[in-house]
Order: sequence, then C-alpha cells, then structure tokens
Amino acid sequence: MKKFLSNFYIVLVFAFLYLPIFVLIAFSFNETKGNVWTGFSFKWYNELINNELILTSVANTLIIAIISALVAAVLGTAAAFGMHNMRKLTKNALKNATYLQNLNPEIVTGISLMLLFTFFRLTPGYLTLILAHITFCLPTVVLSVLPKLRQMNVNLYEAAMDLGCNRRQAFFKVVLPEIMPGVVTGALMALTYSIDDFIISYFTSGPESQTLPITIYSMTKKRISPEINALSTILFVIVFAILIAVNVIGAKKEKEEERKAMAFSKK
Amino acid sequence: MNKNSSKFSAFPYVLWVLFFTVIPFLLVIYFTFTSKSTGNLTMENLANASKYFPVLIRSVYLAVIATVICLVIAYPLAFTMSRCSKRTQRLLLLMVMLPMWMNFLLRTYAWVTILDNNGIINNFLSSLGLPKLQLINNRGAVVLGMVYNYLPFMITPLYSIMTKIDKSIIEAAQDLGCNSTNVITKIVLPLSFPGILTGITMTFVPAVSTFVISGLLGGSNCFLIGDLIQQQFLGNEYNLNYGAATSLLLMVVVFISMGIFNSFDNDEMEDSMV
Repeated sequence: MKKFLSNFYIVLVFAFLYLPIFVLIAFSFNETKGNVWTGFSFKWYNELINNELILTSVANTLIIAIISALVAAVLGTAAAFGMHNMRKLTKNALKNATYLQNLNPEIVTGISLMLLFTFFRLTPGYLTLILAHITFCLPTVVLSVLPKLRQMNVNLYEAAMDLGCNRRQAFFKVVLPEIMPGVVTGALMALTYSIDDFIISYFTSGPESQTLPITIYSMTKKRISPEINALSTILFVIVFAILIAVNVIGAKKEKEEERKAMAFSKK
Repeated sequence: MNKNSSKFSAFPYVLWVLFFTVIPFLLVIYFTFTSKSTGNLTMENLANASKYFPVLIRSVYLAVIATVICLVIAYPLAFTMSRCSKRTQRLLLLMVMLPMWMNFLLRTYAWVTILDNNGIINNFLSSLGLPKLQLINNRGAVVLGMVYNYLPFMITPLYSIMTKIDKSIIEAAQDLGCNSTNVITKIVLPLSFPGILTGITMTFVPAVSTFVISGLLGGSNCFLIGDLIQQQFLGNEYNLNYGAATSLLLMVVVFISMGIFNSFDNDEMEDSMV
C-alpha cells in the first residue's frame, strides 16, 4: 500500500511536469492554428524549414552559445587555476564574488549590463550579446573546475616541475588532463545556459542579433505559430535521444566496473 | 613555491568581473541617484520607486507561496527518489531534468494554451455543457507558472543531498525504536537542511524577479516588480534612472532574503550545489 502510494505520487508529479510539454508536441501536429484539434498534419514542420526568421535565430543562438561557452571555458579554467593557488583570503573573496554573480537575479544582471552598454555607447548587437553571455557563463565554469582542482593531488604539479617541466608544460600536460571532466561539465553547462537564456539576452540584444528565445518571446505577444511547436518537438526528441544515450553508456560502464571489481575480489 | 606566479592566470577573470559585474553594479547606483533631466544628484528616483512598494510586496508574497508549494511537492518526491534503486534513480533524475531543456517561454506558453478562456480545459468543459472557468490572468495562474518552472530547481538540490544520507542511519533509528514520523523529523529533515536552503534560494530568486510568467499568465491583473523594471528599460515607460532605482530595491530585497537563508552553514551549501 505504502509502495503504491509513493509510486502514485511520483507519477502525479511527473504528469504535472510533462503535461504542458505533451500539449506543445501534440499541437505541433495540428492542422490549424489555435487551441482546437482539427486533424493530424506535418504542415508546420514543412513551414518551419522555410521560416527565415526562426532559422536565423536558431543559427544566432548556436553561434553565440558556442563562442561564449568556449571563451568562458578558457578564461574560467585559467581563473580557477589561478584562484586555487591564491592565499586563502583572496581566494575566498573571489569565490564569494563568483557565487554572488550566480545568485543575482537574472533581470538585475540584464539591466546592469544594459546600463553599461548604454553608458559606453555600445550599440546592442552580436558583440554586446556575446559579452553578456560570457559574463554569466564564467561563474559556471569556475565553480565546476574549482572542486576538481581541490580533489587533485597537490604534489602532482610540483612533481612535474621537478622533473623538468616548465610552468606551461606542467599545466597543459599534468594539471589540465586531471581537471578535464570539470572543464567539460562547466563548458556544457555554460552552453546550455547560453542556449536557453532569455532574460539577459532580452536586455542586451539588438534587432539584428535575435536569438531563438527572443523570437519566441515576441511571438508570445501575439499568438505563437505552431512552427515553434514543431521546432521544440524536434529539439525535445534530440535532447531526449542524447540523454538516453548518455544514460545507457553510463549504466554499461558502471556494470563493467562492477564486474571488474568482482573479478578482482575473487582473485 | 610557484604559487605566486601561477595565480596570475586568474587575472583576466578578475578584470572581467571588475568590468562586467562591478562597474555595471556601480552604474545602477549612479543612475539611481542622478536625475534623468538634469543629471544632478537626487533622491527623486528612489522616492518614486518606493511608491510601488505594494508591487514589491505582491512579488515577494507570490514568490514565497510558490517556493513553499515547490518545497511541499519536491520534498517527498526527492526522498522517494533517493530510496529507489540506482537504475531507477538515474532514470527519474533524467526525467526531472528533461523539461528544463525545453525553452521555458514555450513551457509557460503551453500553460496559456491549457488555461486560456478558449483553452483546452475550457473547451473540454463547454463540450460537456458546463460553464467556463476563469483560469488565467489571476494570481493563481502566476503561482502555478512559478511552481511549474522552478520545481526542478527545488527537486535537484534536495535529491542530491538525500542520496548522501546513509541508509544505515535510517535503519539504526528504526532499530532503536523510531517510527516513520520520527525518522523523518529527527533524521532526514536535519540532514537535508542545507539542501532545503539551496532549493529555497534557487526557487525564490527567479520567482520574485520574474516578468515573463506574470506577463503571460497574470495579464494586467498581476503586475510584479519584474514587469515594472522591464517597462522602464524596454517598455512604454522608458526611464533608466527610475528603472535603476527599482532594480536596486529588488536587489536589496533579494540579498536580505538570501542573507536570512544563508546565515546557516556555508560549506555544506556549496557541497549540495555542486
């Protein structure tokens, strides 16, 4: 009975989480615009391929996300490495500044960057958008690399130097491979934040640098075209496939490791 | 030995923070205290912004309700999840994260499709011959939108801290005579406290500052502080100085509430966030 109740509760919460998504997907196959189901059709997928505005904003979103995530990954990793080697006091001050940036309401980050660009007479466009995205991506990278540095054996870097590496070699050949998982996670998180960001982009973009969320927002002001539903269905399927693949690979790896551990203990 | 030289790799980041976080913040203060027309020092903007105090109160009120509902829904879910088998856990976590990958504007707009006066629910009701319900453009719809959008932000930190609670501690408590209520209040609740704090912060901050959810689901009946700021920066009432003052007010509210949440153990907070 108890088991049944808890299962029922899980199903209920997930139904709540997925209901709007299923509505979105269902209406991407609707024949007409609007909230009434009139018949099944692929019409909107066809129109999506020919919708210049949506396609340009998808391209904008991807370009901006990739540039911002890459720059943030490089600067953020360097920053984390530098912070790791600082005195405790300065390190903590910088770390807290990083946390604060992450916790600041997005709208405040957005408007303060807008004030900055207005003050220095920068016309809103690609440049301001990329600068803004790097700004909110950086803390994510820093905060995901720092714990990896903390886990790393402190003597590794010095051992590399003792064995004749210069500082650059020691970093690239010894430290970087050790902290790579943190760098990759940080960069991927930055990438998704950037792709998904609406609020900060809204305040820092210009008319020609519209990203997908901004295009969607201006559509919600009138009535959303089902082409957007079609696009989100495609994105949902892609993300779903990637996550399932990652999950399956992870499960396989875990099983293999378990088997290895078993074999080892039998010996 | 090399500590002094390698710390300079953080230099570009420090510059970046200085230029894109500290200076913009100082600009917010500068715009708050200068007059739009004359450029002189003034308290006028702040005085103007504080006229909208009821809007601020309403935003905090709705965000608190949404946060409490999220906590009430997420807590039992996270606990049940953390007691499942590893395989199920991974699957459920994935299912919690998946909606976050859909654009949140679209997810919120989907609720408009459902709740609208000509939406799915009302169409269904009228097909049964029942009267239509006013489900949108009210506070309830805004709270629903907040709960829906930020629920995963509450579930993930709670779940991640609950997986760290050792099963044997719970078993030990049961062996020593605790009933299930006692296990929850005396063992699980105290041990998951840092996760609760993280979850509350991650839900409350975006909820109190939103303008998208109130704009889409609240109509003109539910004007929040985020809407006010948005109007002054990009909307009809373009006034940067006034907008800066409103944002400063919001920032103060957020940091005071975060100060209250975070006055507890900081290190544990960090762990549960990573």
